[in-house]
Amino acid sequence: MQLLNKRPESLLDLKMHYCPGCGHGIVHRLIAEAMDDLGIRARTICVAPVGCAVFADAYFNCDTIQGAHGRGPAIATGLKRSKPDTIVFSYQGDGDLASIGMAEIVHAAIRSENITVIFINNAIYGMTGGQMAPTTLIGQKATTCVEGRTAKQAGYPIRMCELLATIDGAAYLERTSVHTAPGVLKTKAAIKKAFQNQVDCKGFSMVEVLSMCPTNWGTRLDNPSEATKFVAEGMLPVFPLGVYKDAQKQG
Amino acid sequence: MSEKKLMKGNEALAEGAVRAGCRFFAGYPITPQNEVPEYMSWRLPQVGGAFIQSESEVAAINMIYGAAATGKRCMTSSSSPGISLKQEGISYCAGADLPFLVANVVRGGPGLGNIAGSQSDYWQSTRGGGHGDYRLFVMAPNGANEMGNFPQKCYEVAFKYRVPALVLADGIIGQMMEPVEFKDPEVDVTTLKEPDWALGVNNSRAKRQVKSYDLREGYLEIMVRERAKRYKQIEENEVLYEEKMLEDAEVALVAYGTSARVSMAAMKMAREKGLKVGLFRPITLWPYPKKRLIELSGRIKKFIAVEMSLGQMVEDVRLSLNGRGEVYLHSKPGGSVITAEEVLATIEGVMKKGAKEYAAIK
Ligand SMILES: Cc1ncc(C[n+]2csc(CCOP(=O)(O)OP(=O)(O)O)c2C)c(N)n1
Ligand code: SF4
Repeated sequence: MQLLNKRPESLLDLKMHYCPGCGHGIVHRLIAEAMDDLGIRARTICVAPVGCAVFADAYFNCDTIQGAHGRGPAIATGLKRSKPDTIVFSYQGDGDLASIGMAEIVHAAIRSENITVIFINNAIYGMTGGQMAPTTLIGQKATTCVEGRTAKQAGYPIRMCELLATIDGAAYLERTSVHTAPGVLKTKAAIKKAFQNQVDCKGFSMVEVLSMCPTNWGTRLDNPSEATKFVAEGMLPVFPLGVYKDAQKQG
Repeated sequence: MSEKKLMKGNEALAEGAVRAGCRFFAGYPITPQNEVPEYMSWRLPQVGGAFIQSESEVAAINMIYGAAATGKRCMTSSSSPGISLKQEGISYCAGADLPFLVANVVRGGPGLGNIAGSQSDYWQSTRGGGHGDYRLFVMAPNGANEMGNFPQKCYEVAFKYRVPALVLADGIIGQMMEPVEFKDPEVDVTTLKEPDWALGVNNSRAKRQVKSYDLREGYLEIMVRERAKRYKQIEENEVLYEEKMLEDAEVALVAYGTSARVSMAAMKMAREKGLKVGLFRPITLWPYPKKRLIELSGRIKKFIAVEMSLGQMVEDVRLSLNGRGEVYLHSKPGGSVITAEEVLATIEGVMKKGAKEYAAIK
């Protein structure tokens, strides 16, 4: 038998705790592959969030630090400025990055911190049981908006790539998705680029990944691919994929 | 002998930290501590360090959490409302066993309060302040000279026991100018060994993790108890205090920081009147010099806590003595300055008129 796709060295051989059909595990693997491809594992520090990815610190085969809800970009700033020879990435959910940690992400971009941010947008709070996130769609049901989110009561979903694109310090912003195979490949390329930017000292780079949360979306757990429909039909129209900023290209 | 320099308390603190090896500072402006970040902004780049004016106190302390995890000596400073915001990160640092230095140049509170010097953050400083079971090593300077010299000790203790260290000053000490003499030789950071838990470039060693959680059943308890053992060692080994004229004293004033300076003046005035008064000044507020207070209670029966607050440290005096003496309180909250005359009046009241008018705190 021929082994076609071996485990990346940057990912430890541990059973992950994510639900079947969740996007977190896929993105973990893509990050690990990017670290391997660029040969940066030995000098990379992962800033793990709270939320479903709280145990990301266990899975990656590099130094890790786990921080407070939303503070990843500040922690990454402290790490990177103290040890500039390291490669620092923060991994954050939408509750983490777009709600409680909004100030931290915006100001890390303003300072153009030379860090890499991987932002998992699943339009819900996963770990705490499916409450409304700042990215929850209008009409989407969550445990704190059981009839569906209304703009009148809770405002509109926030688009982080578009918001950060207005900031001069943001060097690279791309939104991708992992609900299809081509989307996974594009996500890998984006993550790799976001790391490469850091290696080349290009400044703040963020990849926003649209990701599935079959459990808290209430889609059929016996058929997690049902959740990919929610990404395609519900999320894509609100969160269009693409490159929102590439300072390099703009010259 | 090193030379003496006229310095503001806040500047002395910043310079003292740099000399003690601090190479990263993150902070956010708030009166009356602004000279600390201002000084650091030009001084740190001179020694190859990094300075960041963060977007908030919350961000600043989390930058410290990251910087401290690399094993570097780092620092943040603020004043009362800002320290309240930093409590989240301080708790995380304590939970992750990260050493660093934080300074609180206290102003009047609660709330926005005022910008005058106060001592009303004593409980917050010595009882944790943030969530969870933890302690900080807390030093209380009584002037610019100690502001300059305490960072060294703070880093030593912080790294030895892996706990955050706090300098608890107040607005008066931060703003006063005094001759400062840096006693310890400047730390050469290239000689500092990288701690075996520090995150960074990992060529052959196993991965390292910094975290403040352990969700496995019973494991957090083990972690918290392990840390408590280190707290016990700090209580055994790191207590500091100063005594003045206690040998023959009938009354001991107990005060720290600015209150101790005022109490010293009151003590001198009392001595001129023939009253046998001495001063006991805790230098570490946690660990509190309990054992020494108990020893003193063998021959001194009256203790007056002097505080620029409603009376917070007085509880530690009472807890230490546990009924072994009478404990009185001279207090002034709200950022108002205590005068030596006022303290003298309390001393005379306690000594001459007895306990009735100046009821002992029960
Ligand atoms: C200060 C603070 N507030 C609230 C929480 C509780 N909490 C943990 S995870 C979470 C939501 C996480 O959602 P998200 O960032 O979208 O990640 P996901 O779980 O969906 O992957 C919340 C609110 C916390 N840990 N800390
Ligand atoms: S709750 Fe949602 S985000 Fe969390 S692991 Fe399960 S599927 Fe993934």
